[in-house]
Amino acid sequence: MNLIKHMPWLVIAGLASQPAVADQVHAAVAANFTGAMKSVVAQFEADSGHDVLLSFGSSGKILAQIQNGAPYEVFLSADQAKPKKLEEAGVVVEGSRFTYAIGALALWSSQPDFVQNDYARLTSGEFNKLSLANPKLAPYGLAATEVLEALGLTEATQDKWVQGENIAQTYQFVATGNANLGFVALSQIMSQGHVTEGSSWIVPSELYSPIRQDAVLLKKGQDNLAARDLMLYLQSDKAQDIIHTYGYQTE
Amino acid sequence: MMSESAPKIHAQFHLTRQSKGLEPFELKVSTELPSQGVTAIFGHSGSGKTTFLRCVAGLERAQSGYLEVQGQIWQGPKQFLPTHQRPLGYVFQESSLFDHLTAMGNLKFAIKRAAAPTTTEAFERIVSLMGIESILMRYPNQLSGGERQRVAIARALLIQPRILLMDEPLASLDSARKQEILPYLAKLRSSLDIPILYVSHSVDEIAQLADHVVVLESGHMVAQGALSEVFARTDLKALSGFDTGAVWQGEVAERDAPWHLSKVACGQASLWVRDAGDPVGSAMRLRILARDVSLSRSVNDESSIVNRLPVSILEITPDQDEAMVLIRLQCAEQILLARLTKRSLDTMQLAVGQSLWAQIKSVAIVR
Amino acid sequence: MFTEADLDAIWLTLRLATTVTLLLLIIGTPIAWWLARTDSWLKGPIGAVVALPLVLPPTVLGFYMLIAMGPNGVIGQLTQQLGIGLLPFSFWGLVLASVVYSLPFVVQPIQNAMQALGDRPMEVAATLRAGPWQRFFCVVLPLSKPGFITAAILGFAHTVGEFGVVLMIGGNIPQETRVVSVQIYDYVEAMEYGQAHVLSALMVGFSFIVLLGVYGFQRQSAGMLGVKS
Repeated sequence: MNLIKHMPWLVIAGLASQPAVADQVHAAVAANFTGAMKSVVAQFEADSGHDVLLSFGSSGKILAQIQNGAPYEVFLSADQAKPKKLEEAGVVVEGSRFTYAIGALALWSSQPDFVQNDYARLTSGEFNKLSLANPKLAPYGLAATEVLEALGLTEATQDKWVQGENIAQTYQFVATGNANLGFVALSQIMSQGHVTEGSSWIVPSELYSPIRQDAVLLKKGQDNLAARDLMLYLQSDKAQDIIHTYGYQTE
Repeated sequence: MMSESAPKIHAQFHLTRQSKGLEPFELKVSTELPSQGVTAIFGHSGSGKTTFLRCVAGLERAQSGYLEVQGQIWQGPKQFLPTHQRPLGYVFQESSLFDHLTAMGNLKFAIKRAAAPTTTEAFERIVSLMGIESILMRYPNQLSGGERQRVAIARALLIQPRILLMDEPLASLDSARKQEILPYLAKLRSSLDIPILYVSHSVDEIAQLADHVVVLESGHMVAQGALSEVFARTDLKALSGFDTGAVWQGEVAERDAPWHLSKVACGQASLWVRDAGDPVGSAMRLRILARDVSLSRSVNDESSIVNRLPVSILEITPDQDEAMVLIRLQCAEQILLARLTKRSLDTMQLAVGQSLWAQIKSVAIVR
Repeated sequence: MFTEADLDAIWLTLRLATTVTLLLLIIGTPIAWWLARTDSWLKGPIGAVVALPLVLPPTVLGFYMLIAMGPNGVIGQLTQQLGIGLLPFSFWGLVLASVVYSLPFVVQPIQNAMQALGDRPMEVAATLRAGPWQRFFCVVLPLSKPGFITAAILGFAHTVGEFGVVLMIGGNIPQETRVVSVQIYDYVEAMEYGQAHVLSALMVGFSFIVLLGVYGFQRQSAGMLGVKS
């Protein structure tokens, strides 16, 4: 009731404070980075006074949305390919692309002691299903197939593959016990710098090409101070310390 | 008319129904019905006549009841024969044909489940009795209301029932269709040797079809007996009104061809009616409406009225109409009803026991 | 136009939808009959449970199915005891999930058709010496035919169109759980829009024809059974 009564004033106030809107930035973030991004943004908002709107989703969907005019100003992808594609399309502020995180892969089971910090379980074949992200769609899935290839286990395990459409679903299959083994993002099972649930093997990074996750400033945000500040903040030591606790590396 | 030895139908039902928003209903009937001829269950709507029939069929289960039909117990203290095991035929009020089957398909539904194999003659006899030879290949939605009802009756007969139950089979039809189907019902009555229980609220239909009448009022039986007996009563609310009238059973005694008249003898009394072509000796049922009967003290030969009969007053009762009275008259061994204004009653100073002449303006042949 | 993988997905989808539709007609008929006839207080709760998939997001249903069919879930425990193993990531897991998911689309048209019959045809059949089973098979079933046809078409189409549940419990296994809708999703995610278009157009065309069929049939059967002269 009150709101309706004061509506004209709200509209006028909104028009008058137009410059203040520049304090807000709308960022689209790959789903795997959800936890880390929330922590980083909380700190960023406290330090800068800016306001950040976050949208999470699969990088592929975000890409399609940006191509079709979504109002995002910053894009944190789960890979390098999609930001590059946007660069080619010319919707990105030139030179803004950088790697904000490098993902790490883990072989994980929700059962304690199922994985003894190595890949013996994979070699033995004593598991019902091996969950991995769709390699065609998700960088973590591609990395998982590289690991299996490097270990010479692709053929032996292929019959037991179940593919999640993204890394979140891959995690879900393992977490619910429907697959008792799976390649997940380290960030999914790590909390405060430790793996807290089940048993795992952190895959050595030489077994797969680095999962570089790139961020870009989109042209929609090039005049937005908050957007530029956020891009800078992501590269600061303070932000990178937070990102590390979520199981990502940085450059 | 009824042989004494024929096993009867013993029916005793007590049923109470309490539904939300409606008056509680109670059916409490205990009766013995003849197992021959047509027994009409008569009453106004809400009198329980359909419920009574459904109890006989087992479609409704009275909380306590006893039903014995021709020596077979259908319902007892500890038994209840489900409908599909009772050897009965049932004709519902509205069209009850299966829409997914042709008329023939509907008949076959019954033939397949009949008590005994159906002979070709039996099938043809029933089909021609109902006059449905030409419509057997049609679907119910291609039939008129009357045709549908005739198919439904044929279907009920083809199951080879030991009793036929009819629940106001004409009620859903307009009067033209009723006239179309009534002759078939009359034929049915004369050609079937199984008892028919016929539920109706129409005095006309009952006068034409019934041999025996049961009158129900708010779930209770208020009268039962032979048709002419029940129709001669003046104390029944259900029967008193514009259509009140006596029914006489007689036979053609004489024909007067040049004048197109027949003389029908009903015991000692006889009446002249329009000649309908029936030969001498054929049975004839006549209906004499109370409003068509007037009374006079003398023979009154000057009048145009053909039928004059000597009568004596048995009883005078008030009519539902405040201005009228109903008078029960003895006419030889028959009962006649007359409906007069109260003023005539007063002017003529009529009283029980007086002898008079009844003048009958018209007589309906109901066969 | 279609790749080998597309054809596999289309064939799998048709196989899944046919299996699910047949199972649903068998399972749905007694449920519909009970719901159409009962006066029990359970009618409300059970009707609501059957209708739940109508309002629940498929992901919710898929998530619970994943848990229920998992090693610690009710269904998972049962299938393991029966020696079938776990159902997720298998064709029969999809069948089970789809049966639950499409149940209201089959039960409701049949239930409506049966309710519309009322008591009379059953009573008529009883007076013609038909016992309870004959009444059901020779009268109720044929008279409810329009409801059954609508139910079969909707159940089939709905299973073909299902996505969220399959995504949750499928695991994207070729010839086993990778149905057309998942295949389309993969194309879109992989930015292969051309192939996505081909399959999507197929789905749109299929759905249109199915709905056209349903409406056409309903009008025709209304003309055949509903109108009395």
